[in-house]
Amino acid sequence: MDLGFIAQYLLNGIVLGVIYAMVAVGFTLFFGVLDVIKFSHGDVVMAGAFTALATYAGLELLGLGYPTFAAVFITLAGIAAMALLGALLAKFLILPLRNAPPLNTLLITLMFGLALRESVRLFYPNGSNPKPFPQLLPDLSLSLGNLELRFDSVLLIIVGLGAIIGVHMLIERSRIGLAIRAVAQDPETARLMGINFERVVLATFGLGSALAALAGVTNGLYYSEVNFGMGLLLGVIGFSAAVVGGLGSLYGAIIGGFLFAALQTIGAVWFSVPAYKDVFAFACIIALMAWKPTGLLAAKSAERV
Amino acid sequence: MPITNRSYWPVVASAVFAAVFVLLFLYLEEQWEIAVLAVGLVAALYSAVRFGFLGRIEAAASDHPRTTIVVNFVAALAVIVLLRGEHFALLMLATVFLYVTVCLGLTIQFGYTGIVNFAGIAFFGIGAYTTAVLTAHTGVPHLLVIIIAGLVAGLIGSVLILPLLRTRGHYAALVTIAFGILFRTFLEVSDVLGGPQGLKVPGMQILGWSLNDNISLGPLGSVSFYASYAVVALLLAAGAYILVKRLERSWIGLNLDAIRTDETAAASFGIDVPRWKIFAFTVGNCLAGFAGAVYAMMSGFIAPASFNFGDSLLLVSIVLLGGSGNPLGVLPAALLVVVLPEKLQIIQEYRFLLFAVLVILILRFRPEGLLPRKMREYFAAWSRS
Repeated sequence: MDLGFIAQYLLNGIVLGVIYAMVAVGFTLFFGVLDVIKFSHGDVVMAGAFTALATYAGLELLGLGYPTFAAVFITLAGIAAMALLGALLAKFLILPLRNAPPLNTLLITLMFGLALRESVRLFYPNGSNPKPFPQLLPDLSLSLGNLELRFDSVLLIIVGLGAIIGVHMLIERSRIGLAIRAVAQDPETARLMGINFERVVLATFGLGSALAALAGVTNGLYYSEVNFGMGLLLGVIGFSAAVVGGLGSLYGAIIGGFLFAALQTIGAVWFSVPAYKDVFAFACIIALMAWKPTGLLAAKSAERV
Repeated sequence: MPITNRSYWPVVASAVFAAVFVLLFLYLEEQWEIAVLAVGLVAALYSAVRFGFLGRIEAAASDHPRTTIVVNFVAALAVIVLLRGEHFALLMLATVFLYVTVCLGLTIQFGYTGIVNFAGIAFFGIGAYTTAVLTAHTGVPHLLVIIIAGLVAGLIGSVLILPLLRTRGHYAALVTIAFGILFRTFLEVSDVLGGPQGLKVPGMQILGWSLNDNISLGPLGSVSFYASYAVVALLLAAGAYILVKRLERSWIGLNLDAIRTDETAAASFGIDVPRWKIFAFTVGNCLAGFAGAVYAMMSGFIAPASFNFGDSLLLVSIVLLGGSGNPLGVLPAALLVVVLPEKLQIIQEYRFLLFAVLVILILRFRPEGLLPRKMREYFAAWSRS
């Protein structure tokens, strides 16, 4: 195997890693502020991609389908719609269940995800079939031996990494970020300090879901295809990445996302049947959980009885 | 006050009511009739809880545990006998009993011990695939095949024990979710196990009697071969129910409950937490494996598409819908979840959507399930004396 092939695998793995990391950051944010797992997250990714697709159809009808403008506009539309959806979900399904057993929250969001998936399948025109996603990024590529350096992959990596860094800066440097960190550390005390708990939770869910929408659009642009079922696996992968990295840790989620992409890539190279890559990746995840039960980066804490 | 045993009539009445209900549910064809019945079931359960009938029935049932099981078993048999010619209705009934068996296994794992298992359908599938392989390549008697299938499911489940024991909460949930997806993907790509096309399974034979033959009763018409499978599935579900009930009442059940309520406190009282977690997890998976074996023989064909992650969620929802930890609640919940979408053709296309909305509403407004579990009561008379 020559260097070009390895570089090609590496590049594909990095694009996947960026997408997974964006999904995983959402999981870790939600867990940070509310200690909940929002399992509809993968389907929010899917819904974000479909919102972008629908917006593109609208733009074309209006005769505004210029590639660069459309790419930016539909991404923003998907992000805005999903941020709203995330906040609504938090307000009406997750916050009311705060005192219920955690499994109930997990299940209610799973069911919400199922409802979202089914709604797209049933109500999006011809939604049960895979839909082609418009090729909006310039189709340039650079051939270096066996490596085909696609311009759009590089752009997607830059945008994705930029978004993750942006979220990180937002959380570390801004006022709302300070509030999010305060709530994550101790909701009661944060309230005593005059932080509007509900607003912070809604903002966090909006932020995480916006990132999910970006992941969905990235996924659509990279594979040029979206389908209603794509969210389930993406959600589980994002969840795995967040858990392996350590729930509640932003760096953990990023490391987890790239780790999962690396495992999949290794699996694809290693086995002659590429389909074994998911079997391999998930088996590694189970083994990792046995080795590091609280994730790679999670803080060790004694349990209060 | 003298301690008297209450009459067992409430138990009989409820069994008859349930039997008539199930019969109508499976027999009726008109869409509006089924819709009325479904709404009626929820309303009846709700009013039974609200006006205390349920309390009376449960109290009577706990006074007469054996009578309860016998009466309900006879009622279920009666339903099978009355439906003897209806292939589809019996197939659904048998499926409900198999789902009940798996969910009783989940009740031990999740309802009592607090181990969330999001791979229920995977262990069901392991049972089914074990059956397919054993019946195709060996001459092992079929009853033994069912037992081996259950044991294999338990054995393969032990791979997950180490990660499950070390993790908690959401982290533990990930372990089973990852396993469920891994299993499904593995089936799809494994050529030995038929890949996406799946495997054929021969019908069950017990002591030379093939269950796949219709039984002719001369002038009385013929009995669908699904009736035999429904009886087998019923026996399995009844066995699982007795096992779960006995476990709950025993000191083992007490240990399991203690572990669910507070692991650390349980350990400090000398309960061997890992041992009972392994026990609960393995027994639950074995039950799923048994049910999977019968399912494989009944449907004659198995493919990866029947063992989706979504089906595991369906199983968990049945347990939560029925009332986590209450084996009695599993039956109406399984009936609703399995039969309703099949019967309501109007909603066929929309069934998953409606099902999702239904579960969301239940979790939101009645999180303890349709039939919440009662406090354990060792000496029923104490509370009344």
